[in-house]
Amino acid sequence: MTEEHFIEVENLVIEAGGRKIVNDVSFKAKKGEVVALIGESGSGKSTIALSLMNYAREGCAITGGSIKVGGRDVRGLKGAALKDFRGKTVSYVAQSAAAAFNPVKRIKNQIVEAATLHKSMSRAEAFARQKELMHTMALPDADNIGDRYVHQVSGGQLQRMMAAMAMINTPEVMIFDEPTTALDVTTQVEVLKGFKDMIRERGVTAVYVSHDLGVVAQVADRILVLRDGEVMENAPAKDLLERPQSSFTQELLSASETRLLELQPEPEHDVVLEASGVLAGYGAIRNGMPQYPVLEDINFRIKKGQTLGLIGESGSGKSTLGRVLAGLLPAAKGQAKLNGRDLDLANAQHRRKQDRQDLQIVFQMADTALNPRQSNAEILGRPLKFYHGMTGEARRKRVLELLDMVRLPASLADRSPRELSGGQKQRVNLARALAANPSLVICDEVTSALDTVVANAVVELLVELQRELGLSYLFISHDLGKVEAMCNEVMVLYKGREVERAPRDRLTAAPEHAYTQQLVAAVPQLRQGWLEEVTAASAAGPQTYRAGQ
Amino acid sequence: METTSASVTERRRLRLPNWPLLSMIGAVIFLFWVFIAVFGDLLTPYEPGEFVDSWNVLGPMTADYWLGTDYLGRDVLSRIMTGAKYTVGLPFVTAALALLFGLILGVMATLLSKTVDTAMSWLMDTVNSLPSTIFALVAVAGFGTSIPVLIIVITILYIPSAYRNVRSAAINVSKMEFIDAARVRGEGNMHIIFREILPNIIPNLLTHFGIMFIYIALLLSGLSFLGLGIQPPEADWGALVSENMVGLSYGAPAIFAPALCLLSLTVSMTLMVDAVSHQKKDR
Amino acid sequence: MISLILKRLVLGVLTLWLVATLVFWVSGALPGDAAQSILGQDATPETLAALRSQMGLDQPEIVRYWNWLKGILQGDFGVSLANGTPVNDVIASRLPNSLLLAGLSTLVAIPVSLILGIASAMKPNSVFDRLTTFLSILALSTPSFLIATIIVLVFSVWSGLFPALSNISRVETIGGLFRVMTLPVLALSLSVIGQMARMTRAILITQLQEPYVETAMLKGASRLRATVLHALPNVAGPIVNASALSLNALISGVVFVEVIFAYPGLTKLMVDSVSSRDLPLMQACAVIFCAGFLVLVLIADLIAILANPKLRTE
Repeated sequence: MTEEHFIEVENLVIEAGGRKIVNDVSFKAKKGEVVALIGESGSGKSTIALSLMNYAREGCAITGGSIKVGGRDVRGLKGAALKDFRGKTVSYVAQSAAAAFNPVKRIKNQIVEAATLHKSMSRAEAFARQKELMHTMALPDADNIGDRYVHQVSGGQLQRMMAAMAMINTPEVMIFDEPTTALDVTTQVEVLKGFKDMIRERGVTAVYVSHDLGVVAQVADRILVLRDGEVMENAPAKDLLERPQSSFTQELLSASETRLLELQPEPEHDVVLEASGVLAGYGAIRNGMPQYPVLEDINFRIKKGQTLGLIGESGSGKSTLGRVLAGLLPAAKGQAKLNGRDLDLANAQHRRKQDRQDLQIVFQMADTALNPRQSNAEILGRPLKFYHGMTGEARRKRVLELLDMVRLPASLADRSPRELSGGQKQRVNLARALAANPSLVICDEVTSALDTVVANAVVELLVELQRELGLSYLFISHDLGKVEAMCNEVMVLYKGREVERAPRDRLTAAPEHAYTQQLVAAVPQLRQGWLEEVTAASAAGPQTYRAGQ
Repeated sequence: METTSASVTERRRLRLPNWPLLSMIGAVIFLFWVFIAVFGDLLTPYEPGEFVDSWNVLGPMTADYWLGTDYLGRDVLSRIMTGAKYTVGLPFVTAALALLFGLILGVMATLLSKTVDTAMSWLMDTVNSLPSTIFALVAVAGFGTSIPVLIIVITILYIPSAYRNVRSAAINVSKMEFIDAARVRGEGNMHIIFREILPNIIPNLLTHFGIMFIYIALLLSGLSFLGLGIQPPEADWGALVSENMVGLSYGAPAIFAPALCLLSLTVSMTLMVDAVSHQKKDR
Repeated sequence: MISLILKRLVLGVLTLWLVATLVFWVSGALPGDAAQSILGQDATPETLAALRSQMGLDQPEIVRYWNWLKGILQGDFGVSLANGTPVNDVIASRLPNSLLLAGLSTLVAIPVSLILGIASAMKPNSVFDRLTTFLSILALSTPSFLIATIIVLVFSVWSGLFPALSNISRVETIGGLFRVMTLPVLALSLSVIGQMARMTRAILITQLQEPYVETAMLKGASRLRATVLHALPNVAGPIVNASALSLNALISGVVFVEVIFAYPGLTKLMVDSVSSRDLPLMQACAVIFCAGFLVLVLIADLIAILANPKLRTE
């Protein structure tokens, strides 16, 4: 029995609209093993995982190959047998628990449903087990937390309850579909530890889908690297991490390592932006205090050709600062000087055209940041006309130059942004900011919606442009690696306040504030055993900081 | 994919819409009725008011009278053709006016203060909560019935639904980051409304125009059926059905021909609305 | 939640006031007043003036508006011009008939359209779905008067199964009631089922894309269970609101059905009062219909609030 494979997938083919989105994929897992499926968006990793439950999303169909779980032919399951199989033999933990729980039902009823549906236990037993699982997943107020609705609990808690729901029938196989992607890193550590302990204790066979090699390294026994629906490499985790065979795996591995890019030396003078005492929030402002303050007492300066990194987790106020500086949200207090002139933070209406031109912002979601009804040339042409009065041939020429600056071919000028890939859109987005000839660009999470390789290319482009044009950046991100790669100096925000500021080399090497230490420690590393080390260390540590709880 | 020099936007304008067959059929039928509405008066085989066959009232379909004769022995086909300008034209005009005013008020509400916006929304919701037929009856009682009154009353009744539609579509678009980008650039409200938001809500406006067209066509023909819409000697299709009701028991074509024409008009519009709203979703 | 509900109630009352005001001013806009229309063209100025002062028409518009509003608040709609009887009595004899017709039709229309909408949303593009869509489009594109006319033709003129005229006042037995009500109820519910089924389907199909529906299916729930127990409670608000709007169409439908079947209801009375310019009667009918519709919208609002735990727990 020990040598026998519990999951056997052979020559799996899944098609969508006549196109093979999963092509000839085979893999096996022994009982109690964790197999990770890793790849970028569009690699087919989630689609493969769902096929283990004989489930294909709308528009997709499993058209070839065989899937066996515990000796049963999954593709042959139909009707009642299939319903009995789903949720009982194999269960599923979804990516975003916030969306995967029903918002109008109490969480405990949803957890128990999986048990009562299969009549695997009585209602009373199911509720008792639900409580027990809440304790296992280390949830606060575990006896009663199930009474709540989705909007009353945090993301990290929901993700753990999702796992509790998947566990209620003690399934033989569990599928984890990017279960920690939506979480902050510090939360991710705890959730990941919870998952791993549960898998080990109950001897569950698991399929773990992720784009993050660091996470996968902590939980997987075997890793499958996927690209465009095909297997690039299939090896035991340790081998794959230490001696990757395929060039694609090597590329992925090197992309997940932080490479410090060469930056410009700090100039003597030339302060581009200086801000002091910034206080901002939402709601009505009374006596200089907003109803819901988000940011308090923020001070910084950015010099020419330099990048200030701004790092923090959800709710830290980092994007709020970007919006205040850009004039999208009025500050309640605080002064700023841009290139030596006063910049009005309280009322953007009072800003000079010169101020707006000097300070540009690039948004996170390239998808919604470009008007789909305009061509790229129109999108880039507007700031040229608006700030520089350019028209006709001169403007056309400059549009093509801008595209070239962000390494896009001129042929894209007359395309709609809808026809571009995510990385290309983000480059157009950046080119629009460059069209103004700014001295400072605020980059608000510009890489977080992109795949690792594409994101690295964007970061490299930013640094190159900085060198060529002498730009300064305020680089807002939750990703410590990216911040380290391209920022001269980093400010760490926690609950709207600065807790530490350090040059990039000191930040990770010798963080001073306890929160920074925790943040640095929580970034998954590309080696097995890291998770155990960090959880042991934090159990010994005096204080934990929670973000977004 | 390989058209690098030809502008994509131009190509989009020249191309026939990529609609399913059924919706294309709808478009053809609708255009046919628009043609009849414009030129129908010139093309009628008989004078619409002429008693062509007084001995044979509510007559069957014959080679001379393709759609039979009505209760006074007039040619039904000619009556339908001259009635088209009311049944097609009035909904078209009123739906367009309602959309235009809805748009203007929606823009004004955004530009003016928050109080104006709230008050306006309340007023609009109030008018919207009037059962349309009932209120049209009230208005007819108050102002009498004439084409200008019908146009004004129906436009007013449908402005709120247009206003709401414009607003909710515009609010969805205004949450997009390209609107933020325009604000940061320092663009004025006019640029943001007309250059950034409006082009993105045109599909919504078109579908809503279609839906209002259908409702108004049904409402107007209903009023005429009650004898409170278009007044004799003129008649729209609803009035044609109503005045020939005596022929119901013999199943006279004089009742069913105008009724089926009306049905083909509303169904053709529904099919077009479907196509546009599907395209909107696919984007 | 209580404050939210109170807010809706207050807003509802304000809206009703605005609606009543609109009804009063719009219907009384035309020059030439009620006294004139009672006495006709050849009335002497003296008798006209006498009747005017007797009816209170010599008072300024604003005073008459005030008196009219006060009357409504006390439940008194004035006196009908047609035969001098109190409007209240006329309405009391007709309103129950209209309520019966509208109520029965709602009872038929809501379950039928919910079932059709749910069934076609569960299997989009199936034969059943296409057929339902086709019939819905047909039903909502057909004017109510035409639906009623066709029904009379088929079930009464051709087959003689049911009477073409529904004179409910002569009905004495349950069987008789059934005979008389079947066709009007059929005509009225058909005219709203199309719209309601289509809206239910559209709302539900979007909701079935939500990840939590997939979660339920992957727990082993059937598609029916995932749709009815998981997706449906989430769209209770929008569906109830859409249904309330469809009932707007139903109220319009009542007008035609009552006229065509010569059914002695309130809308028939209202159409007659418009033709005869019997303003007090028509104003009363209009206010009652608008109030009825507002109440429906308000109920829909409350259900939507109660169905949403986020609003309920706040």
